Amino acid sequence: MAEKKYASGPKGGGPGGGHGPGARGGYQKPKNAGKTLRRLMGYITRRKLPLLLAALCVILSAVTGVANTYLLRPLLNDLVSSMTAAEKVAMLGRTLLKMLGLFLVGASCTYGQSAIMAQLAHRGVARLRSELFDKLQELPLQFFDAHTHGELMSRFSNDADYVQQCLEQSIVSLISSVITFVGIVAMMLYTSWPLFLVTLLMLGATMGVFVLRGKKSRELYRSQQQALGQLNGNIQEMIEGLKVVKAFTHEEAAEAEFGELNEKFYSVARDANFYATSIMPLAGNISNVGYAATAIVGGVLTFVMGFDIGGLATFLQYCRQVTQPINQVSQQINAILSALAGAERIFEIMDMPPEVDEGNVHLVRVRETEDGTLSETTERTEKWAWKLVQEDGSAILQQVEGDVRLHNVDFSYVPEKKVLKNITFYAKPGQKIAFVGSTGAGKTTITNLFNRFYEIQEGSITYDGIDIRLIAKDDLRRATAMVLQETNLFTGTVMDNIRYGRLDATDEECVAAAKLASAHSFIRRLPDGYNTMVTANGANLSQGQRQLLAIARAAVADPPVLILDEATSSIDTRTERLIEKGLDRLMEGRTVFVIAHRLSTVRNANCIVVIEHGEIMEKGDHAELLALKGRYYDLYTGQSVLD
Amino acid sequence: MIKKLIVYLREFRRDAILSPLLIVVEVICELLLPLLMERIIDVGINGGGGMPYIAKAGAAMLALSFLSMYAGVMASKHAAYASQGFGRNLRTGLFHQVQQFSFAGIDRFSTASLITRITNDVSMLQNTVAMSLRILVRAPMQLLTALVVCLFMNASLTLILAVAIPVLVFSAVSIMKKVRPLFHTFQEKIDGLNAAVQENLVAVRVVKAFVRADHEEEKFDKANTELRRAGLNAVMRVIMMSPMMMIILNAAMLAVFWFGGRQVIAGTMLTGELYSFYLYLSQVLFSTLMVAFCLLQLTRASACAQRILEVLEAEPDIRDGETPEAELPASRGRVEFKHVSFRYKAGTGDDVLKDISFTLEPGQFVGLVGATGTGKSTLVNLIPRFYDVTEGEIDVDGLDIRKYPIRALRERIGMVLQKNVLFTGTIRENLLWGNKDATEEEIIQAAKNAQAHEFIMAHPDGYDTMLDQGGVNVSGGQKQRLCIARAMLRHPAILILDDSTSAVDSTTEAEIRRSFRENLKGTTVIIIAQRISSVRHADKILVLDDDHIADAGTHEELMERCSIYQEIYQSQQEGVISNG
Repeated sequence: MAEKKYASGPKGGGPGGGHGPGARGGYQKPKNAGKTLRRLMGYITRRKLPLLLAALCVILSAVTGVANTYLLRPLLNDLVSSMTAAEKVAMLGRTLLKMLGLFLVGASCTYGQSAIMAQLAHRGVARLRSELFDKLQELPLQFFDAHTHGELMSRFSNDADYVQQCLEQSIVSLISSVITFVGIVAMMLYTSWPLFLVTLLMLGATMGVFVLRGKKSRELYRSQQQALGQLNGNIQEMIEGLKVVKAFTHEEAAEAEFGELNEKFYSVARDANFYATSIMPLAGNISNVGYAATAIVGGVLTFVMGFDIGGLATFLQYCRQVTQPINQVSQQINAILSALAGAERIFEIMDMPPEVDEGNVHLVRVRETEDGTLSETTERTEKWAWKLVQEDGSAILQQVEGDVRLHNVDFSYVPEKKVLKNITFYAKPGQKIAFVGSTGAGKTTITNLFNRFYEIQEGSITYDGIDIRLIAKDDLRRATAMVLQETNLFTGTVMDNIRYGRLDATDEECVAAAKLASAHSFIRRLPDGYNTMVTANGANLSQGQRQLLAIARAAVADPPVLILDEATSSIDTRTERLIEKGLDRLMEGRTVFVIAHRLSTVRNANCIVVIEHGEIMEKGDHAELLALKGRYYDLYTGQSVLD
Repeated sequence: MIKKLIVYLREFRRDAILSPLLIVVEVICELLLPLLMERIIDVGINGGGGMPYIAKAGAAMLALSFLSMYAGVMASKHAAYASQGFGRNLRTGLFHQVQQFSFAGIDRFSTASLITRITNDVSMLQNTVAMSLRILVRAPMQLLTALVVCLFMNASLTLILAVAIPVLVFSAVSIMKKVRPLFHTFQEKIDGLNAAVQENLVAVRVVKAFVRADHEEEKFDKANTELRRAGLNAVMRVIMMSPMMMIILNAAMLAVFWFGGRQVIAGTMLTGELYSFYLYLSQVLFSTLMVAFCLLQLTRASACAQRILEVLEAEPDIRDGETPEAELPASRGRVEFKHVSFRYKAGTGDDVLKDISFTLEPGQFVGLVGATGTGKSTLVNLIPRFYDVTEGEIDVDGLDIRKYPIRALRERIGMVLQKNVLFTGTIRENLLWGNKDATEEEIIQAAKNAQAHEFIMAHPDGYDTMLDQGGVNVSGGQKQRLCIARAMLRHPAILILDDSTSAVDSTTEAEIRRSFRENLKGTTVIIIAQRISSVRHADKILVLDDDHIADAGTHEELMERCSIYQEIYQSQQEGVISNG
């Protein structure tokens, strides 16, 4: 039973709980933009050569663009010069050839720059995702209890997307815009500094629009994203719970609640959209006015100062182009900020402390030599041993038996709220221990402590006499196997799913395990037998069949200690009977911990531990506990006599 | 398609008409500006019109600019109002429509797909409307006006466009066409990666228990690499677009300067004209590109529109009955199945239920047992008309359920579904779903009856405890008990529990059953259960086998004559009995 699945206190995910904007991605201000940017850049700056090449391309394509416009000047001037027609044609041809050359260089640089950045960004983000996934594998269960799947998934999808777009386009576009802007301004000054004074007025006004309008627009965008998060959260919840909505004829209330959020989103989105789209006509017309003013003043200058016509045309052309980079920058800033906020959320997970694992006792395969001593081997023997390294460097081998002892164990998921108090009991090799108690009494929690899913606060747990904290975590877990209520199969064939228990198991071993679990007969009847694909939701297998596969999976792992947590609770009784045969065979010769609702399944345990409110109330075998006429007796008769 | 969607724009038709009109004004102003400027140069400076003319024309230009700016800003405003309003109304329409769906309708679309349609697809259409109102008017206008000016100025040079435009459109469209399937693959790989992550997250305990992190990382790396490849594959083609457009535009420009320059040299064209022509020409080409992009966007949006229309046009397959409120029979809780058969898809597939007949009297406590897949859940889902029977008839209190208004029918029924869902909000708010007018005492009583009061009070905030994201902070058994309390608060004539105590331990379950007996005396209770102990004391137990009722009777009767029942009972009780 998943009694403690998510019960570890405060949730992560943006402000205001589940539906905060953080959980759904979206616009958020990065907390430390500089640091995050540097770290993010690390993902594309690993190889210097392509990066240098890309930088060169960015500069070249920006510069050729600016230079090309400048060629208008000689082109037009030559046309109005006093040269002969033939000379003019020759000059025209030469200038156009220069232009052609510049275009081609510019176009290839644009392509080169995009191609390199696409490669770098896609590789970088793939690495980021891979590192994030690897990190997730290291995190303790407590982390997964505190974060919803949707929240973690959006790190891989939304946040990684933002980052990718930023690395691929935004940064380059930003740099290129700055270079272009500086280049154009420089060329304007060079062409005619008095005219630039007119342009300066226009530039100032345009900048003003972008800065003021842009700031307001970003604020509105932020509240728009927040409202959208709330709206989408409501839609998701209400559609997922639609059947309950209908069962309780709650449709009208649901529509009213939705309507409110929809209205709220509409009013913010409308303004945000208006502000964002009104920037262009504002800036565009300021630019038009500036353009006209420049043209008039320029026209006057040609008379007064003999300003050349080619120069005027060139300047006017620059005048048209100069607002483009400003617009670009203002657009990219949003994208970059979103990406940095996304990257921050990813890095936050990457910086979480991994599961504690300081153990140095390892599990090794051993062979028994003729004189009865053990020796380590790489052969596939059936025997396992703990390898304890002594202070002097020598190693002791101790055979794995399956002896588990808990001594005065206290445990809490969140400080100050003890879930288990002073738990003490032992299981000798081959014994079957059963836990009985109400929902939420702490049965699952105890079994989650044996393999260090969670860390105990007080007391000690030993495995074959070794404190489990001294055993390397992976090896500790290899020495135990679990069958849970939720079967959790994986996409792949039936054989793959059984082999999940031990990756180097042969086909024969998997089939043997399936036979042991009474799964062989139904698997053979599947369309492709052991090669039948198990789909993610397992729709092609019944709940009982899935449970049998989970048991076979545990069987192939062949561990000395086995944990069965409600392995049969949601299965009808005829199927359950079938499963129990498999379970019985699996339990033979192992130390087994069982949690079950049905007392009939725990009756023959060597020891039954009755737990209430995190404390052991009674323990003993079936007969002893019945004789005690305590809690177990009540429970037991409560089931058999009913009411 | 457009006709069916445009009704959602009706409320905002003023905005939707004004916006393009204002854009026409803006474009005309923009067109007049360079003409005025030409007059300033030709008449004011060159022609001797002098400063007065320049001032007059300058003032006119300024006025035009302001008019253009005003028109542009207002066009943005109306476009924003119209497009966002359209989105709001479309969402409302969809949400309302989905509320009318039967369970069959929900199953047909799947909840995930319904959510995407209401969120992503609507956003996409909303953006398309915004774009259409602004750019789709503006770009063709600019294209046309600039083209006309070009033709008047110099018809022979305009011929260059006859080559450039088709090349431009053809190359843009052909790249996009090639890229589309690549993006499709890319999307599939994204789904693949998400599936890999989700599977890992769902099974995190199994992964850790079997120490399979390395194996999982390998699987993920494979999906990740495939995604990277597919992404690059698509993107490497998309990035060809921009340099290609640059080359075409610039080639056209070079051609203009070459042929135009020769005309200038020959004296058949003025230098200023050549420059102006070059400006208009670039406007033509740029507008062409915009139009091409818009059309592509429209084809993408049409897929979303299709998906939305599918939902909107789905006929609600379950309609309200016509019987007026006053003529409905008194609510007592009598249920009668008359030769009921059911198939999930009419006309195809096997019968899930076949020729089922039985009667439940008011106040009876009824158990429903049978192996997985025998249609127990389906049977109870027919009573509140979550699905309609394929054949036969179901009467509640003597009236065919199809004759009830749906709301009136469902108000008689309290239901605890197999898949328990709670909603974001406090525990109290969730319980109030059962009956929004319930008093504090009633709420507490219902919680006590469902054995939920104690654990609710164990939370520091009691009934005001927030249930995060549908109750991830309570255990499975606690969730089930809250759902039972919610249903009991309804004081229904018929209470249906569909395997809703599976995560509750047997002592608590026995308590819940006892409270049913004491507090729900007049209520017909139908319980689906895995455990015989849950239904053993029922007034009547229905045993389902495959698709029909194998037998019905009390525990004692069934123990005597029904072999299926005996078998189920034996399998659960043998341990107890041999030790009893």
